[in-house]
Amino acid sequence: MSSLQVRVWRGGAAGAFQSFEVPRHASQTVLDVVTHIQRALDPTLAYRFACRVGMCGSCAMTVNGKPRWTCRTHVDNVYENDKLEIGPLRNLPVIRDLVTDMREFFDKWARAKGQFQGKLTRKDDFQKIEPESRDRKQVDLAIECIGCAVCYSACDVVAQNPDYLGPAALNRAWTLVKDERDEKTIERLRAVAGDAGCHSCHTHMSCTEHCPKQLSPTAGIAGLKRAVSLAMLKGAL
Amino acid sequence: MSAKSQSLLWIAQRASAALLGLCVLVHLATMIYAVRGGLSAAEILGRTSGNVAWFAFYTVFVLAIAVHVPIGLRAVLIEWTGWRSRGRDVALICFAIFLIYGGMSAVKAVFR
Repeated sequence: MSSLQVRVWRGGAAGAFQSFEVPRHASQTVLDVVTHIQRALDPTLAYRFACRVGMCGSCAMTVNGKPRWTCRTHVDNVYENDKLEIGPLRNLPVIRDLVTDMREFFDKWARAKGQFQGKLTRKDDFQKIEPESRDRKQVDLAIECIGCAVCYSACDVVAQNPDYLGPAALNRAWTLVKDERDEKTIERLRAVAGDAGCHSCHTHMSCTEHCPKQLSPTAGIAGLKRAVSLAMLKGAL
Repeated sequence: MSAKSQSLLWIAQRASAALLGLCVLVHLATMIYAVRGGLSAAEILGRTSGNVAWFAFYTVFVLAIAVHVPIGLRAVLIEWTGWRSRGRDVALICFAIFLIYGGMSAVKAVFR
């Protein structure tokens, strides 16, 4: 049986890569490799996973320098020059080994006013949203985010400006700005404008390039820039 | 800085960028025409001196630069140096004034 040479990040922010030899299997995923190390070679290895089928987003890590869902990444597709290097997600504090602290990432969703605020009460009838309406179609393009933080890890603006809300939080804000049922639009546009918000995006499109769901936070952020500008010109901001 | 002010800066930078795109095209076309036409410095000055249209064009060019550059530099300073105090904006306003002064000195020199 052939084997893989794998380097895995150990320790906190000041840790180092440790080498392991892992048996090679057909259709092996990077998560399979990490699981093998933890179960057979070193039970102290810390990592996070849940569904193993690309639904939860909790197994995101940096694989050969790129943020990915490890459960949906086949070793065949990333094992280059006999190298497989697995590290924690970038732009997030490392708790230990491959586990990052996601609190700041989700706090930024709250700072971007990522909570839905409806206008209706339970006594009202359902608000009818036309599925073919322009706004709803734009929401559909962005709504499937599962909060895995791959885009946040890929974003160079977050790396340079830690206050930047990041692609996921801004994408969430965009889905709510375009949601006819929501009534916090102006408050949300104020929250996402400026140096920590949509105006800091450099349109590098790393988030769009790396999103495992093929979403385009860049498009949403561009939409927010337009929406903020329109609100300001109308005197509503 | 309020969301409104930061949005205004963003619009100002985009609008000045659009203006600069146009100004650079006209400026380059003028340079190519002057060089290929073999105009001497004296002949060029002869056409720009007292010409209000050229004065107005290059004044717009300089003002667009003075708006565009400091706003872009502001973002660079935030990301590269983390400079976020009021002093940064004061320094950038001074830099904008310097750009206007230097640019308008050149414009006036060819208008006289």
